[in-house]
Amino acid sequence: MKTGYTADIGLEVHAELQTKSKMFCACPIVDLTQAEPNTAVCPVCAGMPGSLPVVNQQAVMAGLRVALSLECEVMGTSQFARKNYFYPDLPKGYQISQYEYPLAITGHLPVRTDEGWINVRIRRVHLEEDTAKLTHIQAPNGESHSLVDLNRAGIPLLEIVSEPDMHTINQVRAYTRSLRTLLQYLGVNSGDLEKGVIRFEANVSLRPVGCPDLGTRVEIKNLNSFRIMTGAIAYELERQSILLDAGGVVQQETLGWDEANQVTLSQRSKEEAHDYRYFPEPDLPPLVITPGMMSEARENLPERPDRRFRRYVTDFGLDAYQADLLTDEKAVADFFELTLTSMAQPDPTLGANWILGELFGWMNLSGQSIEEIPVSPRSLAGLLDHLQGNVINAATAKIVFNEMLQTGKEASEIIRDEHLQQVTDQDDLEKLVKRVLTDHPEQVSAFQNGKTGLYHWFFGRVMQESGGRADPIVIRKILDENLKV
Amino acid sequence: MRLQQRKTNSKSRRFLVNRMPDLTQLTISEALTGLRSRDFSSQELTAAYIQRIEELDPKIHAFITLTPELAFEKAGIADQMLAAEDRELPPLLGLPIAVKDVLCLANVRCTCGSKILENFIPPYTASSVSRLLDAGVVPLGKTNTDEFAMGSSTENSAYGPTRNPWNFEHVPGGSSGGSAAAVAGGMAPAALGTDTGGSVRQPCAFCGTTGIKPTYGRVSRYGLIAYGSSLDTAGVIARNAADTALLFQHMAGFDPLDATSVNTPVPTYQLPDSPDLHGLRIGVPDEYFLQGIQPEVESFVKAAVTQLESQGAVPVPISLPYTEYALPVYYIIAPAEASANLARYDGVRFGPRLGTEEGLQEMFKQTRGQLFGSEVKRRIMLGTYALSAGYYEAFYGKAQKVRTLIKEDFIRAFEDVDVIAAPVAPTTAFKFGQHSDDPLAMYLEDIFTLPANLAGIPGLAFPVGYDKNGLPIGMQLMAPPFKEDLLFRVGHAYQLATEWHNKKPSLPTMDNQLK
Repeated sequence: MKTGYTADIGLEVHAELQTKSKMFCACPIVDLTQAEPNTAVCPVCAGMPGSLPVVNQQAVMAGLRVALSLECEVMGTSQFARKNYFYPDLPKGYQISQYEYPLAITGHLPVRTDEGWINVRIRRVHLEEDTAKLTHIQAPNGESHSLVDLNRAGIPLLEIVSEPDMHTINQVRAYTRSLRTLLQYLGVNSGDLEKGVIRFEANVSLRPVGCPDLGTRVEIKNLNSFRIMTGAIAYELERQSILLDAGGVVQQETLGWDEANQVTLSQRSKEEAHDYRYFPEPDLPPLVITPGMMSEARENLPERPDRRFRRYVTDFGLDAYQADLLTDEKAVADFFELTLTSMAQPDPTLGANWILGELFGWMNLSGQSIEEIPVSPRSLAGLLDHLQGNVINAATAKIVFNEMLQTGKEASEIIRDEHLQQVTDQDDLEKLVKRVLTDHPEQVSAFQNGKTGLYHWFFGRVMQESGGRADPIVIRKILDENLKV
Repeated sequence: MRLQQRKTNSKSRRFLVNRMPDLTQLTISEALTGLRSRDFSSQELTAAYIQRIEELDPKIHAFITLTPELAFEKAGIADQMLAAEDRELPPLLGLPIAVKDVLCLANVRCTCGSKILENFIPPYTASSVSRLLDAGVVPLGKTNTDEFAMGSSTENSAYGPTRNPWNFEHVPGGSSGGSAAAVAGGMAPAALGTDTGGSVRQPCAFCGTTGIKPTYGRVSRYGLIAYGSSLDTAGVIARNAADTALLFQHMAGFDPLDATSVNTPVPTYQLPDSPDLHGLRIGVPDEYFLQGIQPEVESFVKAAVTQLESQGAVPVPISLPYTEYALPVYYIIAPAEASANLARYDGVRFGPRLGTEEGLQEMFKQTRGQLFGSEVKRRIMLGTYALSAGYYEAFYGKAQKVRTLIKEDFIRAFEDVDVIAAPVAPTTAFKFGQHSDDPLAMYLEDIFTLPANLAGIPGLAFPVGYDKNGLPIGMQLMAPPFKEDLLFRVGHAYQLATEWHNKKPSLPTMDNQLK
C-alpha cells in the first residue's frame, strides 16, 4: 500500500459457541469435519413447518461472559429478529439473529501489537444461529450439485462487531489473535480455525493521511480463516490505494474473496442489494437478562489475557516474550501461577524458564497438552523447591523432571529412591577432587603448563564420579584451591 | 383410497350400529358416559362417524385426509383399556375428533390446504394434538382449510372448498371451515381449529357451532404450521360450550417447546347447573354494531344480550375506539409474519421442485409462483412490502404501535365489564364466489374477530339465531386473558336457557333418506 493513506479496518467476528446443544433446539453440536452429514438435525433446526425455536440459556450465558469480558454494556432486554433471505443454506428462509436490540453494546479490547498497545472499540455483541453448510460438487456425469449439511444449521454464533479501529494488517492480526485467546480463556470457543469455528467479515476503507473523515468502505464477506482474512484485506488495501491514486472512487459494495485468483470480487451490485427485512422474531419473547444471570456470568469470569500479560511483565518481571507465551493459553498460565503459589519461595523467572523450556519441550515431544501431562503444578513446585534449596543441582533437576513426566512420581520420591541428593559436604568432595587429580597426573601437568581448558575436563570428571550429584559451586572452589588458579 | 379399503369393514359394522340410537348425535359427555358404561365401544362410535363421513363428505368436503386405520387402531386400544376396568382411564378415552389440516399429526400428511405441502408428512405431532391423544382421543382425519389458514370461506383451499351443511350453496366460513362443517354435519363430535384472525369463531358463526379461540399463549403452537406467529392460536369447535370446555381442558397448558406459551395453571373448568348469571357485567361495544351489518345479525345478537340480561347479567354500553384500525393493522402484521413463515417453502425441501434447469432463482420463483395460491401470494407480497427498507416504520412499526392501542382498549374496557358481547361476523354465511373478485370485501368479514387476535384475548363463538334463509347467526363473548373459564360458564348458562345450539341442519344421510 502507498504511504499517503490511512487505512480504517473493522471486523465482524462470528464465533461458534461451544455449548452442549444448538441455539434453538436440543440437537448436539458435532464436529463438522468428522460427523456424517445431517445426523445432528431435528425438526427445529431443519426448519420444518410448525416447529418453534427455544433459546439455549447456556449460549446466552456464554455470550454474556464474552460481553462482560469486553466490558460491554449488557442490555437488560434484547430481542431476536428474523433476517430474511432465500438461500438453500437457510432452512427457514430466515436466520434468527439479533438486530435492533443486541445482547450488548459499546465495549473494548486492549490489543498488544509489535508497535505497542492499541484499543479496539467493540460496537456490539449479539447472538444468532449458524446456517447450513453447502458443498458444491461435480457429479461424474458432469452435473453440478449443491449438497446441504444441516449439522451446522442452528449452532449458536456470537457476532462481535468492532469499530474500524485497526489501521494495519498487523493490528488486524493482533486483534483477532487477542480475541481468539479471550474466547478460549472463557471456554466458549475452541479457537480451532481449521474447523471453521471462527469466521470473519471485514470492512475496509482508505483516507488521505491527516483527513479526519473515513473513506468509502467495502465489506468483504465469508472470510473463513486468518490467512484468507488477512490476504483479502491486504489485497483490498492495495486495490483501493491504486484506485485512489489514479483519481478513482471506491464504490460502497459487498465483496467476496476469490481464493483461486487471490482477488476480491463484487458479490452484488446496489440493485441486487439484499433487503433483509428484519423484524422482531414473534416466536421468541424478548430476552431478559436478570441480575442473577449477570452475577452468575461475572462469578466465573477469568482474568482477561491482556491483564494477565501486563501483570506478568510488571509484577513478575518477565519479559514480553515469556509473558506472551505463558498467557497465550489459559491452562498454561493457570499452571504457571499455581506452580508459583505452590513454591516455598515463588520465583516467577525460574517457574517461567522451566515451563517454557523443559515442560514445553516435553509437550512438543510427547504431543501431550498441559491438561494431559502427569505432573501437576504442585509437583513441579516441589521439584523447584528442591532445586532452590540446593538439594539437587540444575542438571539433576532436569533428569528428575524427565522422570516425573514419564512416571508421574513426585520429585522427592525420585530423589530419595535414586539417591540424587546433591553432595555438598566439603570433606567428601575434597577427597573426590584429590582422587581425580591423583588419578590423572598427565592432565594435571598439562593444565599447569598452560592448557587451562582442561579445567572443565576436571570438573566433568568430578561430577561424573559423584554421579552428577556434586554441588558444582563447592567443586569449583576445591578445584580452584587444588589447581591453584 | 384409505376409505375404499375400509368399506367392507365398515359395512359389517354398519349392521351393528343400526341397532342402537345414532351415536353421532350424542354430545361428548354422553358419548364418554356411554363408552365408560360400555353401552357401545369406541370402535362402534368411530365406525358410526366414519359411516357418516362416507355418506356426507363427498357432498360437504370437510376433510382433506381421512385416517380410518389410525382411528380404528386408537379406538381398539381404547376399547381394550375400557375393558380393563380397574384402571385410571384417560379422560377422553375413545372419543373421535377431527383435526384441522394445519396441525401436525405424526406420519399423516399435513397439507395446510396447499399444493406446496401436498406430500408433507410431519414426523411429529402438534403439542395441542398430542395432549388430546394422551387424553385418549381418536383422530378421524384432517379437515379442510383455506391455504395456510388465509381466508374466510375455505374457497382458498387447493383441494376444493367445503360446503356449509346448512346450505350447500354457501361457504362454511374459514379458515377452519372444514372443522366447523364436520361438527355441524355430525361427522365429528368436535374438531380442532386455528384462529389467527377469526378462523375458529367465524366458521362457528356460519355453521352454527360453538368454538373457543383461546388466549395467546394458553395453548402450545408447537406443530401448528405458522401463518401469523404472534396471532396464531389453536382452539376447539364443538356442538356446545360444555363439549368445547371438556376438550379444551385437555388441550390447554404450558409447553416448553413453545417459548410464547405461558406457564399459568389451567383451572378445572366448572360449568354451572343453572342459567343464573347474576352479577355478570356484559360490555356491548358500540363499534361492533355501527358498521352497516346485516340487520338480522344485529337483532339476534342484541336479543342474545337481552336473553343474558334476563338470566341476571347486566349489559353495559362500552366503547372500543380503536376497533376500526384492527383491519389495517391485522393486514400488515399477519402478512408480514406470513412472508417470513412461508419463506421455507422454496422447493429445496417441500413441494415438487419446479424450474430447476434454470438455476436456483428460477427454482425459487417457479416453485413458489406455481404452487402457492393467489391469496397466499397476495399476502406474502403485502407482508414483504410492509417490511421493506424504507417502509418498515410507516407500516410494520406503526401497526405494532396501533396494536398496542387496540390491546389497551380492551384492558380499559375490562376494568368495567367481565365479558364483551359482539357479533362474530357482519353477515351470515355468504355464497360461493360472492367475494372472490374482491379481496377487501372478504377481509371485511373478519372485522369483528380481528381485535381479539391483536389483543391476544380469548373469545367464544356460539349460535344465537338463524336468518330468514335458515343460516346460523353467531355471537362472540370476549374475556380478559386466561379467562376462558368465564367464557365457558357464560356460554353454558346461555345454552342451558336456549335451544339454538341444538338445531341441526337437515342433511341427505341414509337415515334421512329412509325416513
